[in-house]
Amino acid sequence: MSPLMTRIAVSAAITALLLGLWHTLVVLADLPPFILPSPWRVATALWSNAGLIARNAWVTLTEVLIGLVLGASLGAATALWLAVSPMARVLIRPALVLTQALPVFALAPILTLWLGYGLWSKVLMAILIIYFPVASAFFDGLMQTPRGWLDLAQAMQATRSRTLWRIRVPAALPSLASGLRLAAVYAPIGAIIGEWVGASKGLGYLMLLANGRAKIDLMFAALVVLATMTLLLHRAVGWACDRMTARLD
Amino acid sequence: MTVGPGIQLQGSAQLGADLLFPTTTLDLVPGGWTCLLGPSGIGKSTLLRLIAGLPTGATFNGTLRASDDAALDGRVAYMAQDDLLLPWLSVRENVCVGARLRGTRPDLGQADALIARVGLSDQASRRPATLSGGQRQRVALARTLMEDRPIVLLDEPFSALDARTRADMQELAAETLHGRTVLLVTHDPWEAARLSHRIYLMRRTGLETMPAPPGTPVRAVEDPATLRYQAELLGLLRSEP
Repeated sequence: MSPLMTRIAVSAAITALLLGLWHTLVVLADLPPFILPSPWRVATALWSNAGLIARNAWVTLTEVLIGLVLGASLGAATALWLAVSPMARVLIRPALVLTQALPVFALAPILTLWLGYGLWSKVLMAILIIYFPVASAFFDGLMQTPRGWLDLAQAMQATRSRTLWRIRVPAALPSLASGLRLAAVYAPIGAIIGEWVGASKGLGYLMLLANGRAKIDLMFAALVVLATMTLLLHRAVGWACDRMTARLD
Repeated sequence: MTVGPGIQLQGSAQLGADLLFPTTTLDLVPGGWTCLLGPSGIGKSTLLRLIAGLPTGATFNGTLRASDDAALDGRVAYMAQDDLLLPWLSVRENVCVGARLRGTRPDLGQADALIARVGLSDQASRRPATLSGGQRQRVALARTLMEDRPIVLLDEPFSALDARTRADMQELAAETLHGRTVLLVTHDPWEAARLSHRIYLMRRTGLETMPAPPGTPVRAVEDPATLRYQAELLGLLRSEP
């Protein structure tokens, strides 16, 4: 069997095992559907509410993608700024760490108050949650350029900006990639929290709504879609990062 | 090209409160090979980095001047034990990296000629990761030659190579760097004996000028006089308290 087929087979086996455990738990513990619906009920809810879930998933996906692009760009730009400016390192870096002491979740109601119930409060939540991991990972990479390469550049009388773009940035791409992989998983968390605090559409909104109406099977169906979306996003970003760093080997 | 200038470094260096080396005079042979031989951690690389204008972490009290009284800036090329090839660039791009880093257009014809001279024409488009240690150091030599500087500083450039590759590289470097002022830092008495016009032995007490090795570089590996001279150098190295 090819490695890809093996991986698919292993994933399918693990999924089947987990679904089996879930089903067994529901049957053996005799759990009512409003506490834990069986996998079959969730699948049925997913099927019969496909249009509703798809519309809301699209909203959440839009928030996540915009947040991911903006948050990653801002994080990367900050890392570059910190890397080239000792002054920024002294002034901005402590403030950056301080912002991490604030739980982003606590800011969600304030952001909703300021930006309203629409798209942008969720995008901002996603940006806030991924900004730091991206900035931090990329900055670390930029500050760890092997000494020898910098010596060589200096002996060759390289300009500072060319040393940055031709040596320090390429050398730091693997670090940026690990920051982006984290961001792909964190961004949906930000968007969902934003939707919980105040929204009229999106998967987070749908989950709260279903919960309030005791439609636990629908809530689980939305959760399954959210998890799948996050996994696919993580895969896509991982693939893009591999393409980006493949040139470095 | 014109013959490289002589270089004189005179002074002492301190690392924090400790004396790294006492007042020392190092005179590089104009257009020839000067070797700085000594055990590891004695400050050889610091001396070389001072001439290269690279950060050393040490404080240097003294003077550094070229025999033609012109500034050293832009006249020095540097090659280290680590080949320092950028893994994301091809062999050809690595050879041209100096021009790219300065924002000038590299002479690709010249680059290909140098790659051919170090015997890597077939590998010009390959990445460093696909090359052997010896081939990588040849690329580093081509990159150093591409800089075309009259002064070349070599910091243990052949130490990581196997014996055969090392002997080949010594000969290639001697041939291609002919006429330039070269400072070779090494802990290998054989290398010093083969390649040098002048040898300094670096000890804790300072630099000692050795008598010039017999014959002219690059000396044959089996030359008895060179082998005897190498044995004497090794004896001196081992007599270090």
